[in-house]
Amino acid sequence: MHVVTFTRSTPDTAAKVWVDEEGAVSWGDVATVVNPWDEYSLEETIAITKSSGGKSTVIAIGAALHDDALKHSLAMGIQDAIRVEEVGADIHDSLNWSGLAAGALQKLGDVDLVIFGKESIDVASDQHSMQLARRMGWTMLSFVSAIVELDAAAGTIRVEKSLEQGKQTLSARLPAIISVMKGINEPRYPNFLGIRKAAKAKIPVWTAADLGVELPAPATSALRYFNPPPRAVSTEIIAGEGVSDKVETLVARLFEEKVL
Amino acid sequence: MPGQFQWDDPFLLDQQLDDEERMVRDAAREYCQARLMPRILEANRHEQFDRDIYYEMAQLGMLGATLPEEHGGAGLNAVCYGLIAREIERVDSSYRSAMSVQSSLVMYPIYAYGTDEQRERYLPRLANGEWIGCFGLTEPNHGSDPGGMETRATKVVGGWRLHGSKMWITNSPIADVFVVWAKAVEDEHVGPIRGFILERGMDGLSTPAIEGKFSLRASSTGEIVMDEVFVPDANLLPGASGLRGPFGCLNRARYGIAWGALGAAEFCWGAARQYTLDRNQFGRPLAANQLIQFKLAEMQSEIALGLQGALRVGRLLDEDAATPEMISLIKRNSCGKALEIARTARDMHGGNGISDEFHVIRHVLNLEAVNTYEGTSDIHALILGRAQTGIQAFM
Repeated sequence: MHVVTFTRSTPDTAAKVWVDEEGAVSWGDVATVVNPWDEYSLEETIAITKSSGGKSTVIAIGAALHDDALKHSLAMGIQDAIRVEEVGADIHDSLNWSGLAAGALQKLGDVDLVIFGKESIDVASDQHSMQLARRMGWTMLSFVSAIVELDAAAGTIRVEKSLEQGKQTLSARLPAIISVMKGINEPRYPNFLGIRKAAKAKIPVWTAADLGVELPAPATSALRYFNPPPRAVSTEIIAGEGVSDKVETLVARLFEEKVL
Repeated sequence: MPGQFQWDDPFLLDQQLDDEERMVRDAAREYCQARLMPRILEANRHEQFDRDIYYEMAQLGMLGATLPEEHGGAGLNAVCYGLIAREIERVDSSYRSAMSVQSSLVMYPIYAYGTDEQRERYLPRLANGEWIGCFGLTEPNHGSDPGGMETRATKVVGGWRLHGSKMWITNSPIADVFVVWAKAVEDEHVGPIRGFILERGMDGLSTPAIEGKFSLRASSTGEIVMDEVFVPDANLLPGASGLRGPFGCLNRARYGIAWGALGAAEFCWGAARQYTLDRNQFGRPLAANQLIQFKLAEMQSEIALGLQGALRVGRLLDEDAATPEMISLIKRNSCGKALEIARTARDMHGGNGISDEFHVIRHVLNLEAVNTYEGTSDIHALILGRAQTGIQAFM
């Protein structure tokens, strides 16, 4: 079984992100981290391939900055990493992105399952995985909370999704694409042996030409980035005689403000 | 000068590391901050050591990290070992002691002085956290003077009979494996110090815990009491004879301490800086006072210089060109400076400084032990004094 997962380097969730004077998004010189949601898809990929003796590949699409996420993935235990970079491609445009991703999957050829994290914290357009599934003509199972069964011989997958109303079990034929939720597993820390291997790894870079992909003009364009206006917040400390008096006043104020 | 000064990394230590070293440091920091930091307050308050920490450290490869892969290690260099010690001790010296003892004082001597059978039996289980090790050198009456030890190993048929006691032994109450140093007695002649591997369950071996410590409270410390313990010949470390054996291990552990103590100092410095920036008195931040800024500058200078020294010795260790005197210099310097920094940071926190919720007082108390164990400041000074005068001043 060959399982592929996609990842990218994103600013640390604790980093302060802002739009600078030139209108560019910046997070200063704070180091990037592997997209936090991808920790779960990486763990799932490693766990599946380790238990089934399969092959695991991680792909990042974009500039050299994403090598850090790829090396982190290798250190965790993914076997191979590939970066796809096409100068001029707008990887924030999900059509461009999925075109390159589909090209990479076709070049790999033997892929059985693709696992995504729920979303990417920097772009979060929630389209990349679906568009990739559409291009490949494979089934998409999103927001999976557990893989119930993965049968390589029969070529099927059964998954569980948590819905507000309860749990839903779905099955599909492989190859398929899934996206996984936080809580599906506990991601491992990269260990030092893995880090030693990852640090020495030479990550191959594939271009659109290598993949035989011709990219259309991006269908979306970012017009401008801007900082959200500061929220007008006022704080009120509820006064009153004793706790019950304060609670009554608080509840009345919450009704007044239509919070309740 | 086009460079930009980074207040928290004045000499750009980060740039002096390679990719592997940076990744190891980051992984260690992530684990320590996410998994060890949330536990330490309660562990220290109630003198608890969580056994699972050994399994977690093992998964990362922290136990015996510098040993070769085939013996359960990760094959890391000495600089990585130092960086790991620094990250663990940024949280607590107890946890760093747990790692140091297992790696440098138990796994290293078995690897360096042991037989193939000993390596095969012990190293994998110590590397994967299944077994906990401890190191018995110090005795109730012999701390700085291990050469005067009273523990004897008397040759008998098929093995050795060990008699004596060891004191202040990290991990002894919870250990499965004991690397113990004793003077070998053959034909009633007292010979050199030899190393033995003891296992829990051997007749005559007991390990009472030491209660009431004000330092390293999240680490289990005790005695090793040996009442005529029979140790088979197969458990003698053949490659070590004389004080060179235990000192070979201690040098590696002391090198790690030199990095670790600075990790604790960095925590205290960062905490003091943030506290004095946040706390307003007389209508402005405490950090606006010259006295405060002077103290912060002292901390920054000592830490930056200390780290450069530790890194240099690490590089020399990796080139097999370091000497015990260099390690004495950085162990003594790091511990003394870290203790002073922690005390000053405690003072800068005012009344809050004595509360464990601010963590600084815990580091102060820990560093008192770290400054003492594995060679006191004075003993390391005597080593350095001897090296430059040629005169032995230990007695």
